[in-house]
Amino acid sequence: MQTTLGQPTPLAIGFFVLFVLLTLGITWWSAKRTRTAREFYAAGRSVSALQNGLALAGDYMSAASFLGIAGLVALKGFDGMIYATGWLVGWPVLLFLVAEPLRNLGKYTFADVVAFRLRQRPVRIAAAVGGILTLLFYTIAQMVGSGNLITLMFGIPYEWAVVLVGLVMLIYVLFGGMIATTWVQIIKAVLLLAGVTILTLLVLARFGFSPGQLYAAVAAQYGQEALEPGGLVTSPLDAVSLGLALMLGLLGLPHILMRFYTVPDVRAARTSVLYATGFIGYFYIIIPLVGFGAAALVGREVIAGIDAGGNMAAPLLAERLGGTPFLGFIAAVAFATILAVVAGLTLAGASALSHDIYVHVVKRGQATEREQMRVARRATVVFGLAAVLLGVLFKGQNVAFMVGLAFAIACSANFPALLLSIVWRRFTTRGAVASILTGALLTVVLIVLSPTVWVDLLGNATAPFPLRNPAIVSMTASILVAVAVSLLSRERSAEAKFDDEKLRTYLGVGAE
Amino acid sequence: MRKTAREMLGSPELRRLIARRWTIALALTGALFLAYYGFILLIALDKALLARRVGVVTTLGIPVGVGVILVAWALTAVYVVWATRVYDPGVERLREQLED
Repeated sequence: MQTTLGQPTPLAIGFFVLFVLLTLGITWWSAKRTRTAREFYAAGRSVSALQNGLALAGDYMSAASFLGIAGLVALKGFDGMIYATGWLVGWPVLLFLVAEPLRNLGKYTFADVVAFRLRQRPVRIAAAVGGILTLLFYTIAQMVGSGNLITLMFGIPYEWAVVLVGLVMLIYVLFGGMIATTWVQIIKAVLLLAGVTILTLLVLARFGFSPGQLYAAVAAQYGQEALEPGGLVTSPLDAVSLGLALMLGLLGLPHILMRFYTVPDVRAARTSVLYATGFIGYFYIIIPLVGFGAAALVGREVIAGIDAGGNMAAPLLAERLGGTPFLGFIAAVAFATILAVVAGLTLAGASALSHDIYVHVVKRGQATEREQMRVARRATVVFGLAAVLLGVLFKGQNVAFMVGLAFAIACSANFPALLLSIVWRRFTTRGAVASILTGALLTVVLIVLSPTVWVDLLGNATAPFPLRNPAIVSMTASILVAVAVSLLSRERSAEAKFDDEKLRTYLGVGAE
Repeated sequence: MRKTAREMLGSPELRRLIARRWTIALALTGALFLAYYGFILLIALDKALLARRVGVVTTLGIPVGVGVILVAWALTAVYVVWATRVYDPGVERLREQLED
C-alpha cells in the first residue's frame, strides 16, 4: 500500500499549524485572565460541568489510548478490547470515593486534602514525592511516545519533535495557566472524538453499517481467534493486579484530581464526571471498531511493517478511507492529543513543586500572590524542561511499561493516603508519610524485579517477582502500613479536626 | 431553630446523611467491581464461554466487553441522580439550620 505517512504533507502541516495558531490565540486570551494563583492553578473556578467533563476526557485520552488501543485491536483482536475496558472503569470509582470530598476540602492539589488536618510540612513533602514520581513516569512515556509518533507521521527528527512539543506546551501553561490548558484539552477532546467517530462511520459504511459484517471480514482473514480472548490475560492474579492499578490509579493521578478545583462547586464536579465517563466510554466502545477496521481494510502485515506495536493502524486506516487530507487531519489530532496531555501533566507538576513544596514547606504557607505566581511560573519552566530532557534521554528506550508504573504508583502511594485522610479519623501524619513512601518505593522496586523490566528489558531468564504489575502487593502494603503506623502514633489534634472537617467535606461549609 | 457548628456535628440528621452517602457509594463501587473483575476473571478462567458465538462470527466476549463500559456509565448516572435528588436537598436543609 502506498502511504504518505512519514512525509510531511502540506495538508497535515496546514491542520497542525491551524491548531497551534488557534490554541496560541486562546493562550493569549487566557493570559489576560491569569493574574492570581487561583486563576493559574484552577482557572478561577469558573469552568462549567460540561467544559470540565470534556477537559477531563482530553486530559485522560492519550495518544497511547487512541493509537495504541486501535493498534492492539488491529494486531491482537479481542485482547485489545479487554485493555480498553480497563481504562474506563476507574471513572465511576473516582466519583463514588474521592471527587466530591476532594473538591470541598482542597484548594489546588490533592496534597491539600491529605494535609488538611495533619502536620503540613511532612505530609506535603511526602505527597509531592508521590505526585511528582507519578507525573514523571507518565510524562516520560508521553514524551518518548510523542517523539516517535511525530517522527513516524511527519518524518522530522525525534529530538526536534520532543523540543517542539515541549515548547508549545510550555507556552500554553506558562502564559495561559489552567484556563489555556482547559481550552486546549476541550478542543483536543472534541477533535479526537470527532476524528474517531468519522473514522468509525467510514469503516462501518464499507460493511453496510453492520459491525457483524466487519467482524466476519476480520474472521475471514485472520480466523475466528481474532474475536476470541487470547494470550493477554492468562494469570488471574496478574490480570486483577493490572486491573487494580488502572482502576484505582486514576484516583491518584494528580493532573486528573487537579481538574476538580476548576469548577465552581461540588455539584458541577459530580456532573463533570458523568460527562467525562460518557465521552471516554463512547471513545473506548468505538475505538475497537477502528482497530478491527484497520485489520480488515489495511491488513496486519502492512500495519506491523510500519510500526511493530501497531501504532500506525488508525492513521493508515484514515488514509485508506479518506485519502491524504483525512490522514493529515488524524495526524494533527494525534499531535493535539499529545500536547493537551503533556500540558495537563506539566501544570500538575508545577503545582506540586510551587504550591506544595515552595509555599507550604519552604514558606510555611505565608506567600504573597505575586510570589506565588512567580514561583508557579518558574516551577512550570523547571518541569517543562525536565520533560523535554527526559524525552531526549529516553530516546529509543522501551517506555511502554512506564504508564503502568505511573498508575501503580498513583494507586499505591497517592490513593490510599487520599482516601484514608477523607474517611478515617485515626489517620495520622506519620501514617500518611509512611504509607506514601512505602507505596512509591515498593512499586518502583517491585516493577524492576518483575518480568516487565527484569526479563523484557534487562534480558534475564526469570524474574524474582512474578507479577507484571505490582499494584495488588504494593497497594495492600501501603494500606497496611498506613493503618499500623497510624494506630501506633496517635494524633489527637488530627482526630479533633476530623470532626470539624465534616461540615466542609459533606456540606461544603467553607469550601473554596 | 438554628444550630451551632458543634450542635450540627452531633446531630443525627448529619450522621444519617453521611452514612447514606457512603452506603450508596460503596454499594455502587461493589457493583462495578463485580462487573469488571467478573469480566476479567471470566477471561482468565473460562475463555471458552466468552469465545462462544452469539452471531455468525461475533463472540459473546464482544457484547460483554461493551456491556462492562455501559454498566460503568450507568452506575455513574445512578449516583448522580441519587445525589441530585436526595443528597443535595439534604445538604441544603442542614445548611439552612446552621448559624452563620
